[in-house]
Amino acid sequence: MAAIEREKDGHLLGPGEDIKYTTCYMCACRCGIKITMKDDQIRYIQGNPDHPTNKGVICAKGSSGVMKQFSPARISKPLLRKKNAERGEADFEEISWEEAMDILVKRLKHIRETDPKKLAFYTGRDQMQALTSYWAKQFGTPNFAAHGGFCSVNMATGMIYSLGGTCWEFGGTDFERTKYMLLFGVAEDHDSNPLKLGISKLRDQGGKLVVINPVRSGYGAVADEWLPVKPGTDGALILAMVQVLLKNGLYDREFLISHTNAAYLVQMDEGDENEGMFHLIPEYEMEDIQQTVWDTKTKSIKEARTKGVEPALVGTFTSPEGKTLKTGMQMLIERVMEQYTPEKAEKICGISAEQIERIALEIGITARDETISLPIPWTDAWGNEHKTTTGNPVSLHAMRGVAAHSNGFQTVRALSVLMMLLGIVDRPGGFRFKPPYPRPIPPCPKPINSASKIKPNTPLPNPELGFPSMPEHLMVDDDGKPLRIDKAFSWEFPFTAHGMMQNVITNAYKGDPYHIDTLFIFMANMAWNSTMNTSGIIEMLKAKDDNGEHKIPFLVVSDAFFSEQVAYADLVLPDTTYLERHDVISLLDRPICEYDRVADAIRYPILKPKGECRPFQQTLIDLANRLGMQGFCDDEGTPFYNTYEEFVTNWEPAPGAGVGFLAGWRGKDGTDHIVGEPNKHQWDAYKRNQSFFGVELEDTIKYNRNINQGYLNWAMGTKFKRDNEAIVMHFYSEPMQRFRLAAKGLRKGRKPATEEQAKRILTYFDPLPFWYEPIEQQQVDAKKYPFHAITQRPMPHYHSWDSQNAWLRQIMGQNFLYMNPLGAEKAGVKDMDWVWVESPTGKIRVQVKLSNAVQHDTVWTWNGMGKIPGAWNLAEDVDEAKKSFLLNHLITEEIAHGHGQKISNSDPISGQAAWFDLRVSITKATEEGNWPVFKPIKPPKHMDKRPDILRYEFMRDKKK
Amino acid sequence: MDTRLALVIDQNKCVGCHACATNCKAWNTAGAAGPLTDRDPYGKAPRGVWFNRVQTYEVGQYPNTEVHYLPKSCMHCKDAPCVKVCPTSATYKRKEDGIVLVDYDQCIGCKYCSWACPYGCREYDDYDGVMKKCTLCIDRIYNEKLPADERKPACVLACPTKARTFGDINDPQSEASVKILEGLGFKLLPEVGTSPSNHYLPKRKVKIRIDEDEILARKHVIVVTEKSSSYAEVIAEDIAVP
Repeated sequence: MAAIEREKDGHLLGPGEDIKYTTCYMCACRCGIKITMKDDQIRYIQGNPDHPTNKGVICAKGSSGVMKQFSPARISKPLLRKKNAERGEADFEEISWEEAMDILVKRLKHIRETDPKKLAFYTGRDQMQALTSYWAKQFGTPNFAAHGGFCSVNMATGMIYSLGGTCWEFGGTDFERTKYMLLFGVAEDHDSNPLKLGISKLRDQGGKLVVINPVRSGYGAVADEWLPVKPGTDGALILAMVQVLLKNGLYDREFLISHTNAAYLVQMDEGDENEGMFHLIPEYEMEDIQQTVWDTKTKSIKEARTKGVEPALVGTFTSPEGKTLKTGMQMLIERVMEQYTPEKAEKICGISAEQIERIALEIGITARDETISLPIPWTDAWGNEHKTTTGNPVSLHAMRGVAAHSNGFQTVRALSVLMMLLGIVDRPGGFRFKPPYPRPIPPCPKPINSASKIKPNTPLPNPELGFPSMPEHLMVDDDGKPLRIDKAFSWEFPFTAHGMMQNVITNAYKGDPYHIDTLFIFMANMAWNSTMNTSGIIEMLKAKDDNGEHKIPFLVVSDAFFSEQVAYADLVLPDTTYLERHDVISLLDRPICEYDRVADAIRYPILKPKGECRPFQQTLIDLANRLGMQGFCDDEGTPFYNTYEEFVTNWEPAPGAGVGFLAGWRGKDGTDHIVGEPNKHQWDAYKRNQSFFGVELEDTIKYNRNINQGYLNWAMGTKFKRDNEAIVMHFYSEPMQRFRLAAKGLRKGRKPATEEQAKRILTYFDPLPFWYEPIEQQQVDAKKYPFHAITQRPMPHYHSWDSQNAWLRQIMGQNFLYMNPLGAEKAGVKDMDWVWVESPTGKIRVQVKLSNAVQHDTVWTWNGMGKIPGAWNLAEDVDEAKKSFLLNHLITEEIAHGHGQKISNSDPISGQAAWFDLRVSITKATEEGNWPVFKPIKPPKHMDKRPDILRYEFMRDKKK
Repeated sequence: MDTRLALVIDQNKCVGCHACATNCKAWNTAGAAGPLTDRDPYGKAPRGVWFNRVQTYEVGQYPNTEVHYLPKSCMHCKDAPCVKVCPTSATYKRKEDGIVLVDYDQCIGCKYCSWACPYGCREYDDYDGVMKKCTLCIDRIYNEKLPADERKPACVLACPTKARTFGDINDPQSEASVKILEGLGFKLLPEVGTSPSNHYLPKRKVKIRIDEDEILARKHVIVVTEKSSSYAEVIAEDIAVP
């Protein structure tokens, strides 16, 4: 045994050995990892036991991080498409960083001097949106977004516009105390380790787990009950559960009155500008303060939140002026009592009325009868003191399965209303927020709202993304036309808080609403699995105009790997891996906060970057400096920050603001937290503290945070909130009604530009949740296309990323189309048959596996497993290229709209890509092998050769 | 009684994530029992040595389908057939803790053990020409260079649902023994008589019984008022007792 030289955190270390801590990035989960180093190389990656996110555990991907580092798919030199080469051929010449930056700076400088919106900047799941969105804002282009529109923005907006926060990074189940959990549409890998740890705890405590999902796998495997719901019908199921709760009086009336606007009076008289708006005490006109309630004691209208008033939760009333008023609760009851019975829901969602009713009763009675009471006093926003903190031990978690439909926003609204009825928001045993949530409903940032705000050489005055609450916040010009290339925040898609990545290529190709010059993509495979209609999108990327110029003139891609997207680039900038760079997991983006704790984290280089790889953040800083962008440089163009590390340490949103990218160890001497002056030794402090920071909240401000006076004051002090106003939950959504009034022509101010737009708003902007058939499905013949088709990510792979990982691809290298035997029999298909899967958009040939763990009208497969031969530096004949497939080819990115028009296949409220609305037909194929077949691409010459054999000592020798 | 080290795997918790498999690979390929060679890692037929593999089973007819994940590694049998058939005594069972190991210097790669193992938990490394297998991370569990609470198999440390327990099943007080007893732990293929040390805990469903009186007991209720399709709420203190 080698000599022991020193001890570190319980490890006795010999020569060349070390222990380092950083943050994982094998998926978006942000777990802490502990790395055993041997001779400056990685010997072992494990979960960091002290880390709040994963508490020592680690998933299959995180454990395989070392193989990402050794992947031959790494690109490590800047590349320029050869003059005579076509996009997609991956025929590049190697150039120097200096040349690459010269080309890009020249192009961007011209765009910025003339028309900044000609730059469209889109990123994948990058965890650096604090920097990328700031960079785009300072550049002056509104055309920035990350992957959210394509991912799960319905979950985000549906809950943020209702409760003030959402699942995963911003909230989740109180696993310490919950007794009943419903999981709606949660894919196998979602919220990886925290959810796995939580489910484990739920099992330990004997809590019940119900999984609502067309597919039973992953978490579904350990569920006590599986509800194989038809895709896109969760809304009907949830509203039927709401109906059962209301019918049986199983709602938390105190919670509804204290935490939500369910008892506020709504003006019912039609035809004036107040229709559907809250009734206000006449002398006041300010929002969110002076709404009214019906006082059951005095039988009169009183200002809401007045001491001594006992509001009616249900009822129809008449104001002294003779106006008809109803509570939101009354309106919901009228909506669901007849229309959403379990019997009616059964016909839509395929779950029996008996089962719907039973589960609704189970959650309702558990919430009512198993109340938790903690000896924690608190004071609400109106000064009422509460001796204890109480809660109802039922919780819900939902994700893409409910989100990726064109009715997803309203489904998530239904889910939010269900949570309000059960009284389970930010209380013990229920769903709990993580700071900086809850935020105001909706949160304060608003996107720019007029064309005049996009000016040459000028930063945007507001962010590119935000949360509209009235038509005046939309990002449209004076004619009502969209200002963003992806049409986010337009009349068609008003609440597009994450942008609409899925529209960018199609719109840029069509020049609708305008042509762009440069599409700058970071770490997103938008030419392949991160798009709908993949085959069509590829043609658009290649398409040229009559002059032989590309319709999308310049395509810049930064990535660490030779993805399909890289093959379509004109200019490639090689990025680093998570083990080679500095990163922040910032409170300004998606931090690692826990329910009781403010926390953020960093990454720092464990290894030297491969070849000429350069951290993308550094590239952005360099570009900003060379362009002399405000916020990065002074008026003379002299840079404030030479490196990303300097930027993170010193940047503040305004001079002296005292907040920045990292919350820990601020202040000159590093003793301030959350708010404090910049500290130039901040990175070192994080490194000394296992790469994360955390501070626990006082007990009295851990719960009921929407209306907890102590919390609201604290949140203002930490600058999480601008004021200490209560965040009353939107049971009834007045912002949505505001859009409706505009569409009806009853409201002063902006109005929809076309009749189609007005009709769309009137149909979908219902201030109370409702279910409608997904829009694409309304247009597709269900007889011709009898199956729903969906995807999910597997636990051991993250998107297309992990097929190049030598260990993870051994676990999973071919995806099949999983089909219920009942459906297969109807289609005349047997196990392992090759079949044609057809949608109105196209067809693919794939291999079937029969499974009893899928709803009988639904087929499904793993996402992102199919590859173009040669991509990711895999051999051309691998299963990923020859047998695997993408469902994306079948999903249309546009659907019919109005008279011969097309519109994005997205949720009409949030702009969420509706990729789970797909319907397909299935017929037996005579030939084998996947189709369409793509021409193989050759990896650039500088890339590593694929090894035939991997052994630990070889990997080490290669590095030496 | 001698120590008998084993893994106890709870099927109520295993969600089939493969963390145990890859973390095992990560530790062991660089450890005493490694390397765990991978052939054709980026080609058509990638195949590597794994000490731990996860299988998926569907049971039952739709819609009453159950999905089971079965992580499988050497069971460290009490009566291990792999030990009996080994012509060179390369495979041996340690008396002190029951761990079955392979002495690579003695192994001639004849594969008899893999034919004899009813669980398919033997792996042939064709680069080294020897059989390799789970050692229960013997270079972790006795490794004094590691922090005391990390002297466990890598799969146990990694498991995100904490479905795996490691311990001495001959010690009735051990967490592993208690789990087997309380969780109705079972062995795979008991009929083959190998007496495996590893145990699995079967799924047990949480069921909630709702009695009629629980539905009828009300704090408040919504009633239809005389005017059709109009509703009113009656709260407990106002409900008239008949």
